[in-house]
Amino acid sequence: MLAERYKTAFQLYPYTRIAAQEGTATRHPVVIVGGGPVGLTLALDLGKKGTPVLVLDDHDGAGLGSKAICFAKRTLDIANRLGACQQMVDKGVVWNVGKVFHADQKIYDFDLQPEAGHRNPAFINLQQPYFEKFLCDAINAAQSAGAPIEIRGRNCVTALENHGTYSTLTVNTPDGSYQLEADYLIACDGARSPLRDMMGLSFDGRVFEDNFLIADVHMKADFPTERWFWFEPPFENAGQSALLHKQPDDIWRIDFQLGWDIDREVELDPARIRARVDAMLSSQAGHVPEYELEWTSIYTFQCRRMKKFRHGNVIFAGDSAHQVSPFGARGANSGVQDADNLAWKLDLVLKGLAEPNLLDTYATERQHAADENILNSSRATDFMTPKSDVSKTFRNAVLDLANRHAFARPLVNSGRLSVPCNYIGFDLFGEDALQGPEGTQPGMACPDAPHLDGYILERLGGEFTLLAIGCMADDLKAHGVLANAVNIKAPSDAMRARYLGAHPCAVYLIRPDQHIVARWPDYNADAVATALKTAIGKA
Amino acid sequence: MLNLAPNISDPDGFYEELIRAHEGLDKAQSDALDARLILTLANHIGDRALLSQAIAAAK
Repeated sequence: MLAERYKTAFQLYPYTRIAAQEGTATRHPVVIVGGGPVGLTLALDLGKKGTPVLVLDDHDGAGLGSKAICFAKRTLDIANRLGACQQMVDKGVVWNVGKVFHADQKIYDFDLQPEAGHRNPAFINLQQPYFEKFLCDAINAAQSAGAPIEIRGRNCVTALENHGTYSTLTVNTPDGSYQLEADYLIACDGARSPLRDMMGLSFDGRVFEDNFLIADVHMKADFPTERWFWFEPPFENAGQSALLHKQPDDIWRIDFQLGWDIDREVELDPARIRARVDAMLSSQAGHVPEYELEWTSIYTFQCRRMKKFRHGNVIFAGDSAHQVSPFGARGANSGVQDADNLAWKLDLVLKGLAEPNLLDTYATERQHAADENILNSSRATDFMTPKSDVSKTFRNAVLDLANRHAFARPLVNSGRLSVPCNYIGFDLFGEDALQGPEGTQPGMACPDAPHLDGYILERLGGEFTLLAIGCMADDLKAHGVLANAVNIKAPSDAMRARYLGAHPCAVYLIRPDQHIVARWPDYNADAVATALKTAIGKA
Repeated sequence: MLNLAPNISDPDGFYEELIRAHEGLDKAQSDALDARLILTLANHIGDRALLSQAIAAAK
């Protein structure tokens, strides 16, 4: 029997019995366990590079419920590179403005899109099942174009035998169990990762003693498309904080912070949830609009990560490797960046163009990213849920002052929203011979900028790129790896500001995940070859 | 003029350090720490008129 752990919103990869379920185990170069945002992104990226990849998921589609709703610009830029972005932006709710309240006083508002000239907005709100569906659509399109991606639904891994250079998996299906082998096994199987347990690996961190009630509500309301956040909400029984945020399909995400000592059963009673939602909505709209409860859940969270994301040929990505509080949209967004970081490295290793130790840099870079996310997320949570009387006194002093004085507003913390991680100073990055703008120094993710009738990130593709602005570079192959030259004769003003600064021209070496390796004031093939060698871990 | 515009670099890091300084202290000890901190900062500011403006701004 194969138990169903949750209902699915969309059936995306129905189970079919295949020949591999009989006879001896087949070896696969890459097996990904888990078909969520991280596993699907990784599969799509690898498949588009021509590396065969098999995804195993214990269900046959996207799980019901909004779960992740806030997708950041960096995630959309990655999805755009993979051909899955347009549907997301079209379906998603674009928002930039947030308002922060303390009781019934508005403390301040913020605008997340301070500069123009980016293809993608700072954030969209989109229910996670849609995000997964659009990735699957892109996978189907890639498969039709020959990408070697296979997804097996209702294939549940029940045992793992790690032999060092490969793993043997026992997989349960509606037709019974079979075995297969994986050179590389990638665990994208979520915060409760069964693979992590099968390997006996720990997942330590800090438990935050709090419960959050999520109510996704279906209603026609003319509240603006903004993120509204309350400290000590003025409406009845709302707990210590509350959030109201719009999603597509007339769904509104409402969050209440309930505290630690609660009875989950009682709080999940629909009548009790409706009383809370009624109080919130009537305080804002003056009456209770008609609505339906679409999805409700109570969650607690921890901030934690695995010590090491790589264990030989078994690699952890996304929630299986790290977990944060939801404040800041750092869960799914960081997981997608894990996939983006891992895909090109795994691809080079499997093609014999890089040594397996390149995969250690996936771990060091993304462990650093996880630490940054955990730090930001812990700070936000400590501000929202003061752990001591003095902490609460300071928190309320900040809120009180922020209402009157601008200086206190940067101290108000209802979640620092996800921005791209940078890898400044890490091993794979080379020289900054240009000394240009800070935002494009080696280690940073490339910022977008208008170019001709499109945007520069669209020109970079998913391989190494040699971006020459105001000068000419040639395609360059070194150590078996090709860097494609993209020559920009007439940069837009925004591109000039972000990539040149005061310089007349510049050459950038850019990784397949669109992080900047090194930059120079002019084109020198030897310098580029040296940086490329560093970038693939051969220096 | 008292500066009431944002002026602290790394505000989140500062706030965390401030709260952490109170860890393990009881109410009286915390209040005493705050008092010492205010006096230290006031000395750094020095300007008598600014200190009066700051007291008024915080009231």
